[in-house]
Amino acid sequence: MFDNFPLWPVRASSGAATVDALYIFLVALSAFMSFAIFTMILVFAVRFRHRKGVEAEQIEGSLALETTWSVIPFFIFLFIFAWGAVIYFRERTPPRSAMEIYVVAKQWMWKLQHEEGQREINELHIPVGRDIRMIMTSQDVIHSFYVPAFRIKQDVLPGRYTMAWFHPTKPGTYHLFCAEYCGTQHSGMIGQVVVMEPAQYEAWLSGSPNVPLAETGQKIFAELGCSTCHRPDTQGRGPDLAGVFGKPVMLEDGRTVVADENYVRESILNPASKVVQGFKPIMPVFQGIVSEEQLSALVAYVKSLGQPGPGQTAGTSSAGPSNPPANEPAHEPKVQ
Amino acid sequence: MATAAVTAERENYLNQQYGIRSWLLTTDHKRIALLYLASITFFFFIGGFFALLIRLELLTPAGDLVQADTYNKLFSMHGQVMVFFFLIPSIPAVLGNFLVPLMIGAKDLAFPRINLLSWYLYAIAGLMYIHCILTGGVDTGWTFYTPLSTAFSNTKVIEAGLSIFVVGFSSILTGLNFVVTIHRMRAPGMTWSRLPLFIWAHYATSIIQLLGTPVLAITLVLVVLERALHLGIFDPKLGGDPLLFQHLFWFYSHPAVYIMILPSMGVITEIVPCFSRKRVFGYEFVAMASIAIAVIGFLVWAHHMFVAGISLYSAMIFSFLSYLVAIPSAIKVFNWTATMYKGSIRFSTPMLYAFGFIGLFTMGGLTGLFLAALGIDVHVTDTYFVIAHFHYIMVGGAVMGYLGGMHFWWPKISGRMYPESWGRLAALIVFLGFNLTFFPQFILGYLGMPRRYWQYPPEFQVLNVLSTAGSTILAVGYLLPMVYFLWSMRYGKVADDNPWGASGLEWMTTSPPPTFNFEETPVVTWEAYDYAHIPDPEEVAVER
Repeated sequence: MFDNFPLWPVRASSGAATVDALYIFLVALSAFMSFAIFTMILVFAVRFRHRKGVEAEQIEGSLALETTWSVIPFFIFLFIFAWGAVIYFRERTPPRSAMEIYVVAKQWMWKLQHEEGQREINELHIPVGRDIRMIMTSQDVIHSFYVPAFRIKQDVLPGRYTMAWFHPTKPGTYHLFCAEYCGTQHSGMIGQVVVMEPAQYEAWLSGSPNVPLAETGQKIFAELGCSTCHRPDTQGRGPDLAGVFGKPVMLEDGRTVVADENYVRESILNPASKVVQGFKPIMPVFQGIVSEEQLSALVAYVKSLGQPGPGQTAGTSSAGPSNPPANEPAHEPKVQ
Repeated sequence: MATAAVTAERENYLNQQYGIRSWLLTTDHKRIALLYLASITFFFFIGGFFALLIRLELLTPAGDLVQADTYNKLFSMHGQVMVFFFLIPSIPAVLGNFLVPLMIGAKDLAFPRINLLSWYLYAIAGLMYIHCILTGGVDTGWTFYTPLSTAFSNTKVIEAGLSIFVVGFSSILTGLNFVVTIHRMRAPGMTWSRLPLFIWAHYATSIIQLLGTPVLAITLVLVVLERALHLGIFDPKLGGDPLLFQHLFWFYSHPAVYIMILPSMGVITEIVPCFSRKRVFGYEFVAMASIAIAVIGFLVWAHHMFVAGISLYSAMIFSFLSYLVAIPSAIKVFNWTATMYKGSIRFSTPMLYAFGFIGLFTMGGLTGLFLAALGIDVHVTDTYFVIAHFHYIMVGGAVMGYLGGMHFWWPKISGRMYPESWGRLAALIVFLGFNLTFFPQFILGYLGMPRRYWQYPPEFQVLNVLSTAGSTILAVGYLLPMVYFLWSMRYGKVADDNPWGASGLEWMTTSPPPTFNFEETPVVTWEAYDYAHIPDPEEVAVER
């Protein structure tokens, strides 16, 4: 709006304009309400200022007025609540088949990992016009992933994954802040998000040869010996992981959970907490054995098993960089 | 009172006994109020000093005045000192302590010795906290978020936590004392519907203190246990849940905002009718709004956690409930405004603070609507927008109310008048300084500047410079009253028993009151704010 004195940050995501619209509405509403109240006070203060011989007129109150100024605000508030909730609902509901970035935060650094294998520190390169989903965790304390230009913020917790997503609409370089106080260099835990034209992004991606994340995961899967029990061909001691991701899983105790990132994470670190029906809690605990980065890779691998390729030999077929949903340009989000 | 032999040496609570023992062992609620006044003023200036250092550091984008660790300690201790050692005790422990018995026609609080005990707990906690400051301080933010506080901070977390644990009991005991006093000690004829709204506000506050503070106390004990003994409660590495801490912490700390603001609303509800010479508009609604705020205030805590990782639907419920709590606050603002209608308004210092309170509280409340809106909260939470919002409520609201109340009841407390023109000047300076300090922070926050940043990108500098400039003006505004209040104790004009022509039993006894408040127990036969039957002090003087 004003080049030298902006009132809001650049709008660089599909969600930014919707947040700003509600913000501007609320600014207008607040300005109107303050103006009305302050004018009324000012008028009363001048008109009914103390004058000799003029006495105040005693008024008890008025049920009609009290009702009016309780009920009207209630409906206005309800309207704002609904508007805000709609925006939030969309912010918290990532579209399917978004491009995924794994984030590991630590004091005081952002480590970002692309599915294609590129690793970045305090810098994130992404293409414009794609849905981007962040799968985030922390190695130590709570951090918060905040990009003002996208109007997106999500705390990043140790011990679990939290998610955020956005759809960048404008190439450029934007601030990445840590928004949850995390110790000495909290204000130094900043970085940038570089939104690029798709062609540029492809060039950037191919700039360095990399092992795709799921492939790394498969390697770790084998190294840790997971594949001795989790195998498709036998009555294995552990459940076959092909096609599991994203599907409901029946547990030993009768509950059903959806096999999402947090479920996979928990099942690796602390397998006894949710045992799949028909299996015994014999899997060793991996808490403290695998690092957060290895865990990201394992999750990406298990996820790649979730969409078995034509060869049905889960793991190798779908782990490549040409992971179909990830590079599907035809899939545009229907949200604006 | 109409006793004719009024001499300068009239016996009152201040001159009845002298000597340090008579103060430190007193059970007189009025003297204990003054002990609190001295102690919280001390902490207010410590907290204010930290605030000035914070603002000076933020004058430039680079971290150049103090080290990062020092800066983190400054904002942590600024928050803890201001919240736990100034704002929460401010109006209840000083004005409430002084006025609750007087206003209901009682000789003292129900438990005078427990009242003294609560001051001693405050003093012990205060000494512990000062020891903590002097031996290194604490850097967890005022919020003690885990696992930062339990596993990562290298500072005096345990000492700070225990100090706040102890000060919490001071707050609980004050609340307990008020609840029992208001139930059991009202003078004959002082029915619930005749209580001054200041009392209703303190009753609501006391309920929060009684029910909320124990939760904070337990939470702090858990933090100490996890930090000292590695008991896994909040740290995921030990099998704990960091969000559990946030739920427990905000279960107290959101209602704590109402501990700070409700008494201030009570003060404003006394001042506005007095200087409008009118009964308050909608007595029952203002009273019930206090209770509603106290009750609904317990159901909104997770609106501090919309980006923390709670579920989508619980966020929606807490957003909705947060809008509900806005309604009783709005009712109060409308009723104060309506009280002025057809009044006879004087612009004395307390009334100027009341105007300031209404203005700043309205803006703080309206920006609360932004933060309760889920979609906007995601962008502005943990930025300067939140800082600006809660300072409008807690400084623009609570502190304005506290200062207004101090001016209003100063003649009763000290028996002296403060210099009126200095009072008005200070009120104006506070108002202007406050807005210059905190208004730019709304814009900063929406632009995306996170809170608790020691250094920041250079594009945020202009607004930070404005804010720092405002803070120095605000500091002058806060120093002035302290200077002229002290001056007035010796040189101020001797105050009449009821210099403002105000309603309320406290104005029917002498200024300052005798130790047991009333020569004989008053019998109340009139409604609160009966301004139709209270002569205007100046008009009376003219008639004579």
